[in-house]
Amino acid sequence: MARAVTPRRKAINSAVAWTLAILIFFPIFWTVLTSFKTEAQAIADPPLFFNFDWTLENYVTVQERSNYFRHFWNSVVISVGSTLLGVIIAVPAAWAMAFVPGKQTKNVLMWMLSTKMLPPVGVLVPIYLIFRNVGLLDTRTGLVIVLTLINLPIIVWMLYTYFREIPGEILEAARMDGATLRSEILYVLTPMAVPGIASTVLLNIILAWNEAFWTLNLTAANAAPLTAFIASYSSPEGLFYAKLSAASTMAIAPILIMGWFSQKQLVRGLTFGAVK
Amino acid sequence: MTNLTRALLGASALCTVAGLAAAQETTLTIATVNNGDMIRMQGLTDDFTEQNPDIALEWVTLEENVLRQRVTQDIATNGGQFDVMTIGTYEVPIWAGQDWLAPLDNLPDDYDVDDLLPSVREALSVDGTLYAAPFYGESAMIMYRTDLMEEAGLEMPDSPTWSEVMEAAEAMTDKENDVYGICLRGKPGWGENMAFISAMANSYGARWFDMDWQAQFDSEEWNATLTDYLTLMNEYGPPGASSNGFNENLSLFQQGRCGMWIDATVAAGFVTDPDESTVADSVGFAQFPNKEGLDNHGNWLWAWSLAIPASSNSTDAAKTFVAWATSKGYTELVAEEEGWRAAPPGTRTSLYENEEYQEAAPFAEMTLNSMEAVDTQQPSVQEIPYTGAQFIAIPEFQGIGTAVGQTFSAALAGQMDAEQALSQAQSQTQREIDRAGYTD
Repeated sequence: MARAVTPRRKAINSAVAWTLAILIFFPIFWTVLTSFKTEAQAIADPPLFFNFDWTLENYVTVQERSNYFRHFWNSVVISVGSTLLGVIIAVPAAWAMAFVPGKQTKNVLMWMLSTKMLPPVGVLVPIYLIFRNVGLLDTRTGLVIVLTLINLPIIVWMLYTYFREIPGEILEAARMDGATLRSEILYVLTPMAVPGIASTVLLNIILAWNEAFWTLNLTAANAAPLTAFIASYSSPEGLFYAKLSAASTMAIAPILIMGWFSQKQLVRGLTFGAVK
Repeated sequence: MTNLTRALLGASALCTVAGLAAAQETTLTIATVNNGDMIRMQGLTDDFTEQNPDIALEWVTLEENVLRQRVTQDIATNGGQFDVMTIGTYEVPIWAGQDWLAPLDNLPDDYDVDDLLPSVREALSVDGTLYAAPFYGESAMIMYRTDLMEEAGLEMPDSPTWSEVMEAAEAMTDKENDVYGICLRGKPGWGENMAFISAMANSYGARWFDMDWQAQFDSEEWNATLTDYLTLMNEYGPPGASSNGFNENLSLFQQGRCGMWIDATVAAGFVTDPDESTVADSVGFAQFPNKEGLDNHGNWLWAWSLAIPASSNSTDAAKTFVAWATSKGYTELVAEEEGWRAAPPGTRTSLYENEEYQEAAPFAEMTLNSMEAVDTQQPSVQEIPYTGAQFIAIPEFQGIGTAVGQTFSAALAGQMDAEQALSQAQSQTQREIDRAGYTD
């Protein structure tokens, strides 16, 4: 039986939740605020909260100096492309692992996860050389491939967990009714796992959008996404905090908005099967 | 002739013309760092493309450390993604020695190579051949608050010793009002705190290695360097200095929190800019300090320079661009568009002879003095087996410098004393240099 929640306890919980939420959100809030300051106001001591002359100058400068839309479009293609490709590969893989597990399924799953334990820089040079030889350096196709491979273990694991929650008997019934393997996955399993697939897709788009190691190392001018756009405003000699903040705000805004609108779906997917 | 045939012929003619136009245009991909001078250049490239309509420019701007990693990776694997790279005086001799860079010979007659500052030109040449053209250069100097010095009843000589710096730091420190006598780099990294500490060590007569590549951190000179550095920072420096780099100190100085700041000469332009600095009217300049009796002012030299990787397919077009960006004409273009104060400093003698520049940039004379005092072939007063400046020009220095920088930063944070830090630096450095085969 659940414990009774006293008003006092509720107040404490709320206070803790709010404190954590504010702590987590504060850096984003500060970045957005700084983007409306001048460079001098950005480093003012004591820091300025709202009592400064708001300016859009940084956004104008950033837009003049860089091609935001090209970077934005590259980010969209790379993150959506790699996620969709990943899901297409992962759905059958997760189906096999969830419904027809073999002796080695657990080991295969662990092995897939273990690839995430290797620091990416460890394979940078080989991948760079392969990409150079096949002409994939600085191409969106190259990044879609590499990010698919990077995120595939997470996609398979997430889908595997969701599929395990779906009773095998339903699929068996479909099979008895004469469904082929393709129709079983496409018309029976997938619709039932939509919340899980949706949250997997959303999470992976976010991961791919924010990926800053491969996207910086394998691109130059043509395929550079928003991570490269932000990196171009960081400077070790000279203060560009306000412009850097404006660039960051422009880079995170689309994904933040997407996350905001899909948060219900995300939370539903992430807690899918957590409470029985 | 039928309409269809006509249309087909017309279309193929158009395709041929478009193909020719495409074939004529060369696109140069230029990797560069994000700093004021480089960004200004990006804004002024219309001048270049008007003169060279067949060359298009693509910019890849990156943060310094990311840029270094990207271009090193590209050039070492012959990736060929960049036609022009922005690199520094550390990379040029090493990369040229590997035949990774195209030599910059046959530059146009009006380029005037002899006008480049001798110390910079030497740092960017190997066996007398220029491998990179300097875009802007810097040494290090003292920037100090004239008003605080006056209040303290002191006067800063043009060329102070470390004892005088120590005295001034003590006199200007007013911790109650958040004013600290001196701000220095403390953030670990071969290009961060070790740039400063290596230059300081040079001026104390220390050296990294003797002629047999034996590390020298157990020497008296290094002991004096690190002890004085820690005393200056602990007694008269700002709190949390072990995480302060160039930008953090710039911010502190501009907010009026530092009496002195010893760092790259390029900072002079920022701290005297009334739009950004609250102390713009009261900044004085002096040469990098030396130890009494030693004629060595740190030998700090850095020049962000444009080089052409040997893997580029457009070497000629790249050379045309490099010659434009580092020419006298470009300096005049900047002066015309944004005033002489904005001219890229530290590369050409003619700039420092220009009266308009001298008038617009109060730091010009001290910058030139500091740069002329540098000898990259002999940065230490003792015999050494390496060249360099505030760094050692060997590929292993990035790793060794950063490891030693972390040790010294830990000492500044109070995790160990000077002696322990030096002993750790000694063993770290010797181990790495032995491993790299220098002592075989």
